[in-house]
Amino acid sequence: MVRAQDGYADNRQKVSNLQIKKLSRDGLGPMSLTIGPGECVCLSGESGAGKTLLLRAVADLDPHQGEVSLDGQPCSAMSAPRWRRQVGLLLAESQWWYDTVGEHFQGLDTDCLQRLGFKPEVMAWQVSRLSTGERQRLALLRLFCQRPIALLLDEPTASLDPENVGRVERFVSDERRARKTPVLWVSHDPRQMRRVADRHFRIVEGKLVEAAL
Amino acid sequence: MSIITLSPFDLAMAATLVVILAALSIKMRLGVGKPLLIAALRTTVQLLLIGLVLNTLFANVRLLWVVLLASAMLLVAGREVMVRQKRRLTGWWGYGVGTGSMFVSTFCITVLALTAIVGVEPWYQPQYAIPMLGMMLGNTMNGIALGMDRLLQTAWDRRGVIEARLLLGQSWQRAVEDIRHDSMRTGMIPIINAMAAAGIVSLPGMMTGQILSGTPPLEAVKYQILIMFMIAAGTGFGTMAAVWLTTRRLFDERHRLRLERLR
Repeated sequence: MVRAQDGYADNRQKVSNLQIKKLSRDGLGPMSLTIGPGECVCLSGESGAGKTLLLRAVADLDPHQGEVSLDGQPCSAMSAPRWRRQVGLLLAESQWWYDTVGEHFQGLDTDCLQRLGFKPEVMAWQVSRLSTGERQRLALLRLFCQRPIALLLDEPTASLDPENVGRVERFVSDERRARKTPVLWVSHDPRQMRRVADRHFRIVEGKLVEAAL
Repeated sequence: MSIITLSPFDLAMAATLVVILAALSIKMRLGVGKPLLIAALRTTVQLLLIGLVLNTLFANVRLLWVVLLASAMLLVAGREVMVRQKRRLTGWWGYGVGTGSMFVSTFCITVLALTAIVGVEPWYQPQYAIPMLGMMLGNTMNGIALGMDRLLQTAWDRRGVIEARLLLGQSWQRAVEDIRHDSMRTGMIPIINAMAAAGIVSLPGMMTGQILSGTPPLEAVKYQILIMFMIAAGTGFGTMAAVWLTTRRLFDERHRLRLERLR
């Protein structure tokens, strides 16, 4: 179901690590961190510590210094749209701009759709009638349908009920192991971190500090 | 047919109507009396001044004077475009994008019309050049101001959507295409409506003026059609350029939305 047009590649078989080198931006950093293939690193910190700012810089959505590379390929060596298709960032608040859900999808993976708790009919639904939680899960599905090589998740379960939190956690964990995807996951919940992550870092005064899980 | 000249007395009679209206609205506390009088005064002074300038210009047909007056008109129109935007690009861009787009589209089209279509001798003959340019600037200014205002406001309001689209790997051109279409439409609608209603709902001012001064109606109509097409083209190309330049400025070479370039 993956299209190979304008830079969309089938990235499933690639084994990659995400390397952040001396990344800094207004009041943050320099930070360095390497996330191995299939590894999940959780990121925490107080509100306003800069978790989202770090993820936005890694996705090259905001100006920054330092370099991020994926599988040895630096971000600056490729076009920004191509980089963002490979390093998928899911923001805490999902955005929708067409009337129906399906219009937002480039290619649909029905297996992922079902594992996230939806039926294929969801594609015909009006976006305006979705709950916040449904939007959040569908935004995750939309991102996965692009087959990103690395994942940046900003509180992906913030507005979900416990059943769906479990669903999303299992889904991301299964996918990252199967596809060897490095994941950087912002979370506030220590129990969630223990469930999903291999390592845990906190942002303290603009620096990354490794913490216990 | 000769022109019936208006005496100061004739104008004074018309002015009495405005004064009566102002007096009435002041008495009824409608709040429009004073602005009405000030605007009426401004219209009188500004039009008399431009009349004097044109009189002098017609007596001394020189390219330099025409260019000077045209530049002054352009700069004022550029300022008007800028102040009509609620959000503006910072620095010179705020003034430059609107003024530059207006300059390229109106001046090119006016010069083309003067040399190739009307064929006056010399081509900068102020009797033709200045009124045509004035009408072009006035209308293009509206289109560009509306289009840019819509564009900047929408980009500001919908930053979340634009960034979400960028994050899905869309290019900046793709991420703002809806907003661009919208802004383009907003800028073009007044002239499209004016062309659609011309002659049925409204008699355009220029044509009416020519008829009043004795031009045969069909001649006046032909000029009006020419002007309408020029305005449509000027507004369209000008708005297109302004919308393109503005969106270009809103993003950097890494396809990032840079709203800090707005204020």
